Amino acid sequence: MTEILDCRGQRCPLPVIALARRLPELPVGATLRVLADDPAAATDIPAWCRMRGQHYLGSPETHAFDVRRDV
Amino acid sequence: MGVSEAYFDTASAAPLHPAARQALAAALDDGWADPARLYSRARRARQLLDAARGATAEVLGVRPDELSFTAGGTAAAHAAVLGALAARERVGRGLVHSAIEHSAVLHAAERHVAAGGTAHEVGVDRLGRVDLAAFADAAAQPGTALAALISASHEVGTVQPVEAAGEACAQHGVPLYVDAAQSVGRVPLPFGWSLLTASAHKWGGPPGVGLLVVRKGTRFVQTGPSEERTDRSTDLPAIVAAAASLRAAQAEAAALAERHRVLVDRIRATVAATVPDVEVVGDPADRLPHLVTFSCLYVDGEALLHALDRRGFAVSSGSSCTSSTLTPSHVLVAMGVLSHGNVRVSLHRDSTEADVDRFLAELPGIVADLRAEAGVVDL
Ligand SMILES: Cc1ncc(COP(=O)(O)O)c(C=O)c1O
Repeated sequence: MTEILDCRGQRCPLPVIALARRLPELPVGATLRVLADDPAAATDIPAWCRMRGQHYLGSPETHAFDVRRDV
Repeated sequence: MGVSEAYFDTASAAPLHPAARQALAAALDDGWADPARLYSRARRARQLLDAARGATAEVLGVRPDELSFTAGGTAAAHAAVLGALAARERVGRGLVHSAIEHSAVLHAAERHVAAGGTAHEVGVDRLGRVDLAAFADAAAQPGTALAALISASHEVGTVQPVEAAGEACAQHGVPLYVDAAQSVGRVPLPFGWSLLTASAHKWGGPPGVGLLVVRKGTRFVQTGPSEERTDRSTDLPAIVAAAASLRAAQAEAAALAERHRVLVDRIRATVAATVPDVEVVGDPADRLPHLVTFSCLYVDGEALLHALDRRGFAVSSGSSCTSSTLTPSHVLVAMGVLSHGNVRVSLHRDSTEADVDRFLAELPGIVADLRAEAGVVDL
């Protein structure tokens, strides 16, 4: 089951910070779904994954972003 | 000159060049009459306008009758896009443009779409360079009436492949419009375009003066007020100042670019080395000489901008929290680079090495303090 991190209503960089706090607490291979409606999240979540060597899986629906812990 | 702080936002507006100030004062005394009238004072105003047009055209390497003055870079961009499209309606109503055009061009595109036209946006790579193959492809589509490509990104500095795009467009008889606001008076202009615009306050001229060049043989109709053709309502003193400062800026451009290139290289290298978790964006080599952009992970762009302002550094930011619409810069989004914690530094002719070094010395502490306040150290 994918854990959900609800960051709706938060302005960037808060959703990215929440993601950075939560993802390392999950096992490698686990997926986290970040819900964020700040328009910057769609750019900044994939960018964070690239900078941190994590895997951005895509956006299954508006304001939802799936990230897999790779490292 | 009233710029005692380290002013690093030349890409928005350059401080007035001394040549502009001097010409403005002279033209206010001498150039206030209506240049369309027939008495001697009007003829004097007409001479000033003609001289300004001639000098500006010479710097741009175009004919004086290909150049008109507008009420700014935004007005020039609208006139170029909508005027070229209107003139080619018989061919089609398709506009092709890069994803990183200035909002002035994007707004003109929106207006074109609202009026029943189409717009095809072409993406850029991670460094902010347009996908040339996709651009050429889009230009080749039947119904494409105009293609627009910025000369170099106003946000990240990456120079665009204008000449190659122009060649591709020419093969299909499509005119290329180039928004050269960040290049004119600073770097040599590319060839291969049909329409070009610029903005005087980017090179040290006064605000509210734009340039529109329509090369001979390019279909074009005037879409806005038709005053400029008769030069009735132009801001003559401002135009005279724009022309004088463009000539002065052009004369200094090569030496200034060399100096700025060194300082920007230093900023790029030092920021990457001294600020943890920073992304310096844009092409490191093929870029405007005076401009650099970077993003600091976990930092609020607005807080960073204010913290820098308190230390006497004026910079701009593409972060969403600093924009009136609360959306991140469409340029950073198109590149897929971090958009929060973003800072754009752009230098002017009086920016000093000491200003830059003070900025580089203070930035790591400012970013560290903001991260500590937000509790995001070691994330
Ligand atoms: C690339 C570019 N195009 C157009 C403009 C608009 O020019 P102006 O401020 O004169 O309306 C600007 C300035 O913001 C710019 O940087």
